[in-house]
Amino acid sequence: MNGAARPSSVQKGTATSVILLVVFLAAWQWGPGLLGVPPYIVPSLSMVAREFVHDWQVSHLLLHTGVTAGEVLAGFVLGSLLGAFVGYVLGMSPTAELALSPYILALQIAPKVAFAPLFILWMGFTVYPKILVAILIVFFPVMVNVLTAIRGVDPDLINLARAFKATRAQIFWKIEFPASLPPMFAGLRIGSTLAVVGVVVGELVGGNVGLGYLLSFGEGQANTPMVFVSIVMLTVVGGIAYLAVIIVERRVLHYLPARSFGGNI
Amino acid sequence: MSDVVRLEYRNVTMRFAERTGQGMLTAVRGVSFSVRDRELVSLIGPSGCGKSTLLNIGSGLAAPSEGAAFVDREQVAGPNAHVAFMLQKDLLLPWRTVAENVTFGAEIQRQPPAERRQRAQRLLAKFNLAEFSDHYPHQLSGGMRQRAALARTLAVDPHVLLLDEPFSAVDAQTRMVLQRDLALTLQEAGKTALLITHDLIEAVTLSDRVLVMSKRPGSIIDEIAIELPHRDDPIARRQDPKVSDYVARLMDRLGIGHDELEAMRGEA
Repeated sequence: MNGAARPSSVQKGTATSVILLVVFLAAWQWGPGLLGVPPYIVPSLSMVAREFVHDWQVSHLLLHTGVTAGEVLAGFVLGSLLGAFVGYVLGMSPTAELALSPYILALQIAPKVAFAPLFILWMGFTVYPKILVAILIVFFPVMVNVLTAIRGVDPDLINLARAFKATRAQIFWKIEFPASLPPMFAGLRIGSTLAVVGVVVGELVGGNVGLGYLLSFGEGQANTPMVFVSIVMLTVVGGIAYLAVIIVERRVLHYLPARSFGGNI
Repeated sequence: MSDVVRLEYRNVTMRFAERTGQGMLTAVRGVSFSVRDRELVSLIGPSGCGKSTLLNIGSGLAAPSEGAAFVDREQVAGPNAHVAFMLQKDLLLPWRTVAENVTFGAEIQRQPPAERRQRAQRLLAKFNLAEFSDHYPHQLSGGMRQRAALARTLAVDPHVLLLDEPFSAVDAQTRMVLQRDLALTLQEAGKTALLITHDLIEAVTLSDRVLVMSKRPGSIIDEIAIELPHRDDPIARRQDPKVSDYVARLMDRLGIGHDELEAMRGEA
């Protein structure tokens, strides 16, 4: 057991992380000036911070962030539910999988963000096209992971349950569903970050609210600090979504050995 | 031991469609035998002779092409509550605690929660797993996991246990302890069991009778009654010098040693 060595390696890693952050922030603050990079290319940290305060007070930064976060949440939840549902149905019905797999594959290969303009044509400059792009983009990792998990359940486990006279519903709820959870959470983690991508592309294409809009507005004004502020806030939204999934995952999959989660969050 | 027949195979033949091509593969042909109440019968034979197929037929997971299996004189038409099986793999569910795993079968059969929990605790205590009842399977050793699987099998109170190489995945010392636990439990609970094994000593030390199967298509070529004391204590029985006579006879019937000799002669 390396019980004694592990905390020290964790501490070392954390310390290095903090040092790297300080170095990065310092480079951001003074690097552009030292290298003669003009502020409209790379604004310094303090300029971005000032812009942040300004956007917060004047440009409704909180509103834009809230709208984007809401769209991410809606797209992520609906996309995950839909992905899981289709994954279970296809996992339990090989015929359905065979019939639908070419279309699912085609849709999976098609770049989902390319649908954004189409959805805006259909639904106008509302929140719905953004949510729809997020649904579409979250759907696949969740669906594929659930499908693979259902297919991967040990047939002997199913036989064990059948020998105990389990009904189809019991086999699903007592074996297949819990067995699908670890891969499903892997899909949800990916989905949580992809949802942000879907929403921001939708907002870039059309609309007048959200961080994607703020991003393109800043670009139009040649307001590079505002672009940076938008990127930072998008990262925060994505980070919170990802962390939320991790927290739920640790609660639901508490029975797994700790190392299954790995050191990475 | 009474003369009541618990498990019977009557002229069972099983054919499978071959994976490659359209041919049919006969796994077992014309197998007939019966296991009486409280008897432990072992089934030995070369790999792929259809032993596990017979077990699937007995548990109602597979229907034979011809013939039928009977449990308590009733034809097996599907899974039934009087039979429980146990495999080489423990098949414990990783998201359930040991106690929850033991109650798995009883839960599926919708036995009252209080009753099944009580029963599980009794079985866990019996198998020295009481202190691990709230642990998860990954926290247990291979031998403990296999004991938990045995407890799960017994928790549904079956008349007949079908055991498919239950101890072949554990180390030799653990295996001996598990064999003793099994023998004692079956004796005490008055259960009937059909044991599939590759381990000839295991077959001799645990069984009342050993059935020898031929190569595919599997059929029963010999039946050897083990007339030794201590059926409830394989460790004691193991020390009986007659065990090696039985093992030698089984080896002879299985052709172990002969085939290699034939092959060498063929090459020479």
